[in-house]
Amino acid sequence: MNVLLATNITITDAAVFTVAALGCLVGALGVVLARNTVHAALALVLTLFGIAVLFIEQEADFLAAVQVIVYAGAVVVLFLFVIMFLGVDRREEFGMEVLSAQRPVSAVLVAVVIGVLTTMMATAHWVTGAKHVAGATHGPFQNVNDLGRSVFTTYLFSFEVTAALLVIAVVGAVTLARRSGHATADGQLELDAFEPFPGGEARP
Amino acid sequence: MSIPGSFYLVLSAALFSIGAVGVLLRRNILVMFMCIELMLNAANLAFVTYSRLLGDIGGQSIVFFVLVVAAAEVVVGLGIVVAVFRRRSNAVADDLSSMRG
Repeated sequence: MNVLLATNITITDAAVFTVAALGCLVGALGVVLARNTVHAALALVLTLFGIAVLFIEQEADFLAAVQVIVYAGAVVVLFLFVIMFLGVDRREEFGMEVLSAQRPVSAVLVAVVIGVLTTMMATAHWVTGAKHVAGATHGPFQNVNDLGRSVFTTYLFSFEVTAALLVIAVVGAVTLARRSGHATADGQLELDAFEPFPGGEARP
Repeated sequence: MSIPGSFYLVLSAALFSIGAVGVLLRRNILVMFMCIELMLNAANLAFVTYSRLLGDIGGQSIVFFVLVVAAAEVVVGLGIVVAVFRRRSNAVADDLSSMRG
């Protein structure tokens, strides 16, 4: 509370940040700990929405809208679609552990990562460097203007390459997902033996 | 005055760590994908925070591109998961060892 009073934060900002941050953390823990994959996907929505709220809190209005539409909308729906398509009743064996020391080693590694990250940022006064290098922000209500100007001038080449990347991804997904075949005389599709991953046992 | 950037950065580090734990511990491919999304979002949060602290729109532009790349990654990744499911009835990462050297 002393920190909050010292930096003169309004109650509204503190409340919004606290609720959104708690939502993010609860959702993230839900993704990792949920045994049912559908529950994990729904917990992911909580985290993504909390991050959208934090984007708005930091005046990144456009990104908050895109976050809700693309992530909480399209990506999670795609996840749920695949889960439903493949069946929701296949639960992972939670106690299964192939490498004996996997859990303690990963816990130690992650503790080191978070400790080093936080220590590095704190000892470097959290943020250093020159301001307004890639283009200045112009305060509230100018976010879309600023971002559009930046993307379509400074980062124009990256934007075009991104378009090519999306096309390649769509073509790749279609190639992976299709069952190759040829039409027979009566119009039925006859499937060829297309095996993207040969060698496994066939699905019952 | 709004929340200091350090709060956001610590939250970002925590989210990244939770995602990393998930990728290391979970064996279900779909959940591993979701944990990768968690880590990407933690990085996005840090980018937006630095964008605000430095008054620089570049951070938000990078987040825009990260969103696009993440969407493409999910599309291709889930395509691979569906293709794997055609051959075997589960999505456990440890079983996918046919390319082991």
